[in-house]
This record gives sequence, C-alpha cells and structure tokens, in this order.
Amino acid sequence: MKESLGTTGLILNEPLLWEKGKSGRCGISLPRHDVDPAPLDKDLTTEGPDLPDLSEVDVVRHYTRLSQWNFGVDSGMYPLGSCTMKYNPKINEKLANLKGFSGAHPLLPAHLSQGVLKLMFELEQFLAEITGMDAVTLQPAAGAHGELTGMMLIHAYHKKKGGHRSKIIVPDTAHGTNPASAALCGYRPVPVRSNEQGILSTGAVAELMDEDTAGIMVTNPNTLGLFEENIKKIAEIVHSKGGLVYCDGANMNAVMGIVSMGEIGVDVLHLNLHKTFSTPHGGGGPGSGPVCVRKHLIPFLPVPRIIEKNGAYALSSEFPESIGKLQAFYGNFGVMIKAYCYIRSMGPVNLRKASQLAVLNANYIKENLKKVFHLPYDRNCMHECVFSDKFQNAYKITTLDMVKRLMDYGFHPPTIYFPLVVSGAMMIEPTETESKETIDLFIDSLKAVANEAKENPDLLRQAPGRCKVTRLDEVSAARHPCLAG
Amino acid sequence: MKGIDQLIIPDVRYAPDHEWARLEGDRVRVGISDYAQDQLGDIVYVELPRVGDTFERGEVFGTVESVKAVSELYIPVGGEILAVNPALEGSPELVNTDPYHEGWMIDVKPGDLKELDALMSQNAYVRMLKGLD
Repeated sequence: MKESLGTTGLILNEPLLWEKGKSGRCGISLPRHDVDPAPLDKDLTTEGPDLPDLSEVDVVRHYTRLSQWNFGVDSGMYPLGSCTMKYNPKINEKLANLKGFSGAHPLLPAHLSQGVLKLMFELEQFLAEITGMDAVTLQPAAGAHGELTGMMLIHAYHKKKGGHRSKIIVPDTAHGTNPASAALCGYRPVPVRSNEQGILSTGAVAELMDEDTAGIMVTNPNTLGLFEENIKKIAEIVHSKGGLVYCDGANMNAVMGIVSMGEIGVDVLHLNLHKTFSTPHGGGGPGSGPVCVRKHLIPFLPVPRIIEKNGAYALSSEFPESIGKLQAFYGNFGVMIKAYCYIRSMGPVNLRKASQLAVLNANYIKENLKKVFHLPYDRNCMHECVFSDKFQNAYKITTLDMVKRLMDYGFHPPTIYFPLVVSGAMMIEPTETESKETIDLFIDSLKAVANEAKENPDLLRQAPGRCKVTRLDEVSAARHPCLAG
Repeated sequence: MKGIDQLIIPDVRYAPDHEWARLEGDRVRVGISDYAQDQLGDIVYVELPRVGDTFERGEVFGTVESVKAVSELYIPVGGEILAVNPALEGSPELVNTDPYHEGWMIDVKPGDLKELDALMSQNAYVRMLKGLD
C-alpha cells in the first residue's frame, strides 16, 4: 500500500465564541458619523442582544480552526452510498452568483425576469430529454417533496378516471422516504420483497397488483445499487390493472443518457438535482426535486408553469386540472442555476460518460474487495456496491468498527447499515470523479482494515485513534440528547 | 454480537420478523426476540401504539430505533391493544437487557388464537436462525 493518507497532526481546540469574547474588544472600525447624534425612541430600545465582543483575529482563527476539524469533498474522498454525486464544480457557484440571478426577486413581473424564466424553461427541457420523459416541474423543494408531488399526480390521474385506489406497492429496496411519501398522500404502502438476486420479480408484483392499487414506487437503480432488470414487464403488469409506475430517480446518476425512463414504462419520476446534477448535498443544500412525467400526467402538473410564446417567457396558472401550488414561490432557484450550468458544461456525451465512469468505479471496488468482504449479491452493480460484515463477525467485528478504523486511514466512512435488506451493510459509492490512484488507496486501506480485524480486533473496537475525537458514545447521545447549548 | 448458542430462546411463539408472542391468560404479550435486539444493537427509542388501537396480523404496530437504524414492528397476532409497556418510554434499553420480560412491548386481545398456533415454535425458530446465519 502507498503511504496512508491518514496521519497524526496537531489540531487546535476552540471554544464557543461566547466563551472567547472579552468586553471592549472590537473587530471593525465604524465610519465617522455624518449626522448629528439624536436620542433613540425609548419604546424602540431594549437591552442589547447577547453577543460576544471579539477582535478580528479571534473571529478568523475561530472559523479557520473549526474548518480544520471538518472533512468534506474538498479534503478527501467520501464514499457514502445512496448519496450519489459529490462533485460541486466551483464554476457553478460563480455563475449562480451573477448579479442578474442573485439579485432576482420572485415578485418581479415576468417581463423583468426573462433570463431567470428562460433558464428554468430550458432546464425543464434538458431534464425531460435526459430522462426520456415528456414534461417537467421544477417546483418541489427536495427529493421527498418530489415523491409527494408524484403521488399527488398519480392521485389526480385516478380521480379524473373516476376511480378510488387506496394502496401503493413499495419494494424493500426502495428509498426509505418512499412509503412515507405515499402515506402522506393518503395511500397505504404495501411492501414487496426483492428476490434472491436483489431485484423485483414480476411474480411478486403480479401477486399484489390489483384494481385497488394506484401503482408502484420503485427506486431504479435500487438501493442495493442494482438495476431493476424486470422493470419493463413490471410496468406492463401495473399498467394492465390501470396503475401507474413511479420511479424514484435519486440514483439517476448511474444511467444518464443510457436509460430512457419513459421507454421502460415509468409514468412519473423525480430527480434530485443535489444527487445527479452536481449541486451541493446535505448541509450544503438546499435540495431540489424536479418531477418528470409522461404525456398523460401533464395536465396535473403543479402551477404556476413556465410557458413560452414567441420567445417570451411567463408563469401561467391556467391549468384547471393542476394539483395546485407546492410552495410559496417557485422552487430553490439557486440550485437550478447550478444544475443548468453542469448540464451545459458537460453536454450529452460527457453526461453519459459520467454515468459510465460512476458504474465502472463501483464495479472496480466491488471486484477488488469481494474476497475481503462478504458480497451478498455477486453481480454487476451500478454506481454503488453493498458489502456486509459477515466474514468479520467471526472476530466479533462489526461494520461500525471497520468504518471507524477507516477514518484513521484518511477516508470518510461509507454508508453503513443501509439498505436494511442486508444485515451489517456497508454501502460504497465512489462516484465518477475519484481517480484510479485514490480508489486504489481506498481499496488498500479497506484491505488493511480487514486484516486488522483478524490480527488486532481491539484496535478496531477503539477506533478511530487519529481523529480529533475518538469513539463517541452514540448510545448515550441518542438516549439522552443534549438539545441546549 | 452473540452466536446462536449464546442467544436466549425461550418456549414462546415466534414470527419470521423476530417478534415473539406468549399467551398470558386471555391476552397475548408481544416483544422482540433476543436475536432481534442483538442484531439491532443498543435500542434508543421504542414507538408503540395507543391502547384501544386494532391491528390485523402482520400490520406495523410500532417502530424500534437503534443507533444503527429504525425498524418496523409487525404484530404477530391481530387484535386490540390492551396495554403497552410504559417503562420503555424512559428505559428503551430494557429491550436489550431483558427482551422477554421487562422489555415486553404490547398486550393484545387476540382476534383469532389460531394465529398464535401458526407462528413458529421454539425449535422451528432456532432452525430458522441457523438458516439465516
């Protein structure tokens, strides 16, 4: 193994700013006042807020030290599975900060917002083309909001047909939010187990699908990182009983420009711009969960919709069958700019290549580690692969112990204990952006950890040893959370 | 983690999802098995139904949250909830330390006692666990 990334190093402690402040310190010089002093209205004044007095150096060091405690995509590889693309091109930020975008106000009339509306209109068309669907709404604020939107569209469709359906089929390899979104829309989620290959079998769906079932919510590729190969036949079964197929497209980054969701029978699909189109994820959000539909669901899309007439763009609510408005304004616009930027920077050929590389990298890791870690579904994966701790259980070592030790080697842990269908799951997603050198070092590090599990299991039980804080007491933290500062 | 021979597997009835059920007079007491709590790890929260709620066999009656994950609880025998274990609100760790007694979850007024017979016996459950491993 090449030299490990992880090393020892002096990390500085840093108190809260309130503990650091000393009365009378100041980090700024106020400009000389150019008006006469005047007393404040007593009714408008009260005791000042509790803010610490700090010098410039105090503040700069505070935030610099905190940033050094951190680990992010700019410091190293974080192979979290089911979190998908971690690439946040810096040019996205630059363009999202263009004055015309950052200064836009949602209450400006359409004729003063043409650039903004044009970008949204074109983004909708790009997303429709990439997914092979017919129309798109950008309104949903994030993935689960997109799921709910999809459920509401399905409900509106059945209502117009005059039917009332109460159930929705959700596989055990779907994202955890799927059954919750269905339930929030008033449907009863009916679980269906995946088969021994980790995907849905047509028989299992045929057995459950009936005329009281509104449709199926399938995550494809699923949370085992496997492509639902039977999706076309499953869609036929669902359609034959009048149901619709909802696809959770959170893993779309594995199949961009390769799979036409419309052609494989999907009626409605949500995307996570923060998973597939390079916009920041998690704490860097906010998210954005556009929903793509086939023709028969277009009348129900949320309003207002962006329309174009003779080169002029406008928002229109003249769609009587619409499910209505999903939020106060029109989605998280800053995120849309970044996704637009990414799509335009990459173009169709490179978007497809990003998916191909994401799949290649995941398979490379899978093949290199499958002798070291138990691989419950030994077949070609998509953009992520799922191992378990079955081999290491012999030494009383769990997935948690191993990924804590991986931190000492300078890598963020992968996703653990998800998906639930694999006991002791370790879910690795390298993404398209990691180089072969980084991936090789990651593989070697995990092999070294597996070896330590055998030779020195106690080292793993106490890991991490090189981080600022070592093994945390997660049980006490969860049982007795300290919710105040 | 325990090996199968280290698990406590008393003579009660077991569901495939690792809930146990025990007839106590005219009510059925329900909890999760030693294997289930061992797999889940330290339990930090148990969400239980309200007294008076009714469930059909196999429906979700609550959730159990460990530091690893949130898992659903499936009722092994359908019926009306007569009682829930009040101690679990403040001490969810009872499910870890004593899954069959102090860590019990709900008492059910069974709709059909045949559902209890359809569950696995002690021996059948051990056989299933060995297959699982």
